[in-house]
Amino acid sequence: MSSGAEIAEAGIAAMDPAEARAGVARRLRRGRIIDRWFARLTWLSGMAVLALVLAIAGALLVGALPIIDRFGLDFLASRHWNPVSEQFGAFTSIVGTLVTSAIAIVIAVPVSLGVSLFITELAPGWLKRPVGTAVELLAAIPSIIYGMWGLFVFAPYFADHVQPWMNDRLAGVPGLGSLLTGPPFGIGVLTAGLILAIMIIPFIAAVMRDVFEAVPAVLKESAYGLGATTWEVFRTVTLRYTKAGIVGGVMLGLGRALGETMAVTFVIGNSHELHASLFMPGNTISSTLANEFNEATGQMYTSALIALGLILFFITFLVLAVARLMLLRMRAGEGKTS
Amino acid sequence: MKLYTRRRIVNAIALTLSVAATIFALFWLGWLLWTLTSRGIQSIDLAMFTERTPGPGDSGGLANAIVGSLMLTGLGVAVGTPLGILAGTYLAEYSGGSRLATSVRFVNDILLSAPSIVLGVFIYELVVLRSGHFSGWAGGLALALIVIPIVVRTTEDILRLVPASLREAAAALGAPYWRVVVSVVYRSARVGMLTGVLLAIARISGETAPLLFTALNNQFWSLDMGQPMANLPVVIFQYAMGPYADWHDLAWGGALLITFSILLLSIIVRILGRTSNPGN
Repeated sequence: MSSGAEIAEAGIAAMDPAEARAGVARRLRRGRIIDRWFARLTWLSGMAVLALVLAIAGALLVGALPIIDRFGLDFLASRHWNPVSEQFGAFTSIVGTLVTSAIAIVIAVPVSLGVSLFITELAPGWLKRPVGTAVELLAAIPSIIYGMWGLFVFAPYFADHVQPWMNDRLAGVPGLGSLLTGPPFGIGVLTAGLILAIMIIPFIAAVMRDVFEAVPAVLKESAYGLGATTWEVFRTVTLRYTKAGIVGGVMLGLGRALGETMAVTFVIGNSHELHASLFMPGNTISSTLANEFNEATGQMYTSALIALGLILFFITFLVLAVARLMLLRMRAGEGKTS
Repeated sequence: MKLYTRRRIVNAIALTLSVAATIFALFWLGWLLWTLTSRGIQSIDLAMFTERTPGPGDSGGLANAIVGSLMLTGLGVAVGTPLGILAGTYLAEYSGGSRLATSVRFVNDILLSAPSIVLGVFIYELVVLRSGHFSGWAGGLALALIVIPIVVRTTEDILRLVPASLREAAAALGAPYWRVVVSVVYRSARVGMLTGVLLAIARISGETAPLLFTALNNQFWSLDMGQPMANLPVVIFQYAMGPYADWHDLAWGGALLITFSILLLSIIVRILGRTSNPGN
């Protein structure tokens, strides 16, 4: 900014016009050189980000090679996890990751829909911001705090009051009966899923709120003009218009839930066995890593854990790709009927 | 008229459920904060800030963990911020929508959504295995991996909000482009860029998973980044999982401290965010 003024000053101050011209040329040349180096530096930083992610994928793959060599695809399908006899299978961890995330999504999606409907359509102006902020604060609380609270406060309450009640009511119900009954430990797969749900509500609700606010007012007004109720406008105009965006938001929440570590590690019980009942302890990829990585001795054990990390990285990558695709599609389809 | 009544009833039910969902979400926030405050407040005293983490049966505080956390966070921010700002500048100012820039943006999103424990595993392989021991450097680098994508994203977004007319005005005065970027674009976007960095600090100060097998923990006073380093999240984890009641108390105190620092940061970020639009 100052260089323009400096050039002018230099021009005025210099006695000899030729000398002044040379000074200006020097400045211009110097500017061009710095320009080139600055552009290179930013380019290099961009490439560094690219290289970093490739390096992460590469390092995980290299670390997982011994296990891939030894077990191949059986690693994905095997349920046995016995470090002593060097039997490693990722199946229980993968299932645990998917099941806890599924529970979280089933609970968090309708709640987030309700929250964002409330914030965008129902709340009076003075209430919008405080409620929005409060919901977002849920996302600011570190996951280890959720874990402690889950283990010391929520799980005992759940075991004493909720689980016995569920055992009484749901025992005979087909389908749900075996899933949602069992010994009331408090901790277990269901508790982990519930806490994950609370943790991802703010992420899903934030995206939903953004896409709901992108619906053109004129569309909603025309529906109101036809005599539709608030709910009907929401269901037939807003939801339809923002379908792809909502899926994108849900996918982002799912990505969070899949990779969440500390909260799950505290409350899931960390057992390498599969049970039909969601009341029983289980594990996830991330909780297995958090629990066992430091104790892992021997190349195979470490390699198995790194392979778990690679699988988790791959799953969250897939989910992110779908989320991006859906959000892009919504932006591309704005204003069209879909 | 019957249909109309039914529609109104359905509407009322749906809206009631929406309000209920909001109360449901806020209920957990209230419960969490209440638990934290009621259990943590008793352990917040002078000893917590002046004494080191105790062994079994001892009394002590969290001083070394607090200092360690500050140092690890500082390293993460010091490494991640310049790289993130420059890469964000590349995307917003220099890339011109090229395919390469699209890849960088996508890859940055991958890094943003990568589970933090996986980043820990990566640094373990890269630093801990090679150097042969856990260290503060490794922990700080793991945190930097979380800082980078956040800063890249916020920097790019905020630079894009700077009106093109500002750049043109500076260029018309004869300023080279790097000067335009540094003295005009950065200056008008600085609050937004600062917001991004604060957001990153809020994110990493509670992160536990990437520190578990990088910085590990250290019961003693140590300011040596080459050694395992005490830090609040891992201390909270170990004390909470431990069998002693006074460890639990200290863990709750640390949890309260960490959470309220982060909530305070988040609120500052929101206040800054309201004034950060460089177009104004």
